[in-house]
Amino acid sequence: MLSLYVPGRSVVHRAPAGLKLGLLAALGVGLFLTERPAVVGGALVGALAVGLGAARLPWRALAVQVRPVWLWLALLFVFHLLATDLRTGTVAVLRLLALLVTAAVVTATTRVTALVAVVEWLASPLRVFGVRPARIGLVIAMTLRFIPLVAERAARIREAQAARGAYRLRWGMAVPLLVQVLRMAATVGEALDARGADDAPARRPRARPAVAS
Amino acid sequence: MRWRRRPEAGAEEPAATPGAGIDLRDVGHEYGDRTVLSGVSLTLTERRVGVIGANGSGKSTFARLLNGLVVPTSGSVLVDGLDTRTQVRAVRRRVGFVFQDPDAQIVHPTVAEDLAFGPQNQGVPAEEIARRVEEMLDRYGLAGHRDHPAHLLSGGQKQLLAIAGVLAMRPQRIVFDEPTTLLDLANTRRVARVIDELEQDVVVVTHHLDLLAGFDRVLVVEDGRVAADGTPAETVPWYVARMD
Ligand SMILES: Nc1ncnc2c1ncn2[C@@H]1O[C@H](COP(=O)(O)OP(=O)(O)OP(=O)(O)O)[C@@H](O)[C@H]1O
Ligand SMILES: [Mg+2]
Repeated sequence: MLSLYVPGRSVVHRAPAGLKLGLLAALGVGLFLTERPAVVGGALVGALAVGLGAARLPWRALAVQVRPVWLWLALLFVFHLLATDLRTGTVAVLRLLALLVTAAVVTATTRVTALVAVVEWLASPLRVFGVRPARIGLVIAMTLRFIPLVAERAARIREAQAARGAYRLRWGMAVPLLVQVLRMAATVGEALDARGADDAPARRPRARPAVAS
Repeated sequence: MRWRRRPEAGAEEPAATPGAGIDLRDVGHEYGDRTVLSGVSLTLTERRVGVIGANGSGKSTFARLLNGLVVPTSGSVLVDGLDTRTQVRAVRRRVGFVFQDPDAQIVHPTVAEDLAFGPQNQGVPAEEIARRVEEMLDRYGLAGHRDHPAHLLSGGQKQLLAIAGVLAMRPQRIVFDEPTTLLDLANTRRVARVIDELEQDVVVVTHHLDLLAGFDRVLVVEDGRVAADGTPAETVPWYVARMD
């Protein structure tokens, strides 16, 4: 989720993020209502056609997101062969693949900002209780921003400790990282103040920065 | 998360005196019972003001006072006549702040999103935000990195992004706290040139004395007091001699 967006101008890229997420959710429910291999397989072919054809995504953009779960899919298939039958196993694997590819197409063609805007919109009824949806969006965006940064700092601390002969991963390494992160958090808080985060209107202007792709 | 409703931004813009500068009146600051600044009285109206001094002398505290990130524990700070204690939002719209570590002030995952953040908070209309984002991407050579994750930028590019993010908010003044400390020589020069070309008034805290060459005024902070105040030609050699 950190940098999966592949810039482009296709119809799929330009489709509203809410629509894409809505279709993804509908597909998620729909695929579990059917056991027919043709339907499930058709969904997978459709998702690939939309991603590789209409959206002109490179193979890699989709493969990157499927790769981490290959092993689980294989295990699931074997489990079904042993416990049920070939047909059920095939449907189960194809179903998950279709969902994974569709989700990959959505994340690769939609800016994080646009996805966050949908979350803010979904959270907007909570405004009645005084929740500010823009705040929820900011928290998500900041999480995406700081995960790689903290990972990078952690890697640097490990290098520094390895340079001094500590090769094994030990809990002691968490302490300097925690200190760094807390210190940075204080500055991040100040930066949010300085950049007017607290100034944000209770209702943020609906339109997002219309940054051309 | 706040559970209390806040008034809409820009609802109240208190009467200001544009061009009055930043006025510090017998300002002191204590963290707990530790006095970090005391008896600072001066008015900053110059276009280029530098602040130098040893580690721990109080420079960052001084800088943070100028846009209300820190409020004085005694005395008062007025920005164009606006008190940082009571009118902090209006003050922060006038005075931008750039920190030493750009990583701590880039809060959105990608470059263009981060540039849009400040103006969004100010309630600037979307088309105007888009215009400013384009302008900043162009001006600082970031156009090719529009949708790139900010953490993939070089240190110099990150600092330029941090500066551009503040400029997109159109402040009249910008305070820099050691903007070049983490940069290599080439990037230090680049950022120095960027600061030099700004039309805004600037206050720059730095340990890089050559940044101050064309400045109008330089303050030397020593143990929480302004020990010297004058042109760079007067104060920099005095400071250097004192360090020996
Ligand atoms: N939040 C804080 N709480 C307590 N003490 C603080 C805090 N911030 C700063 N200090 C102390 O106040 C003194 C002045 O700090 P300040 O950061 O203003 O110095 P500085 O001149 O910017 O130093 P440097 O050149 O190292 O950045 C230091 O002794 C510091 O330890
Ligand atoms: Mg400092």
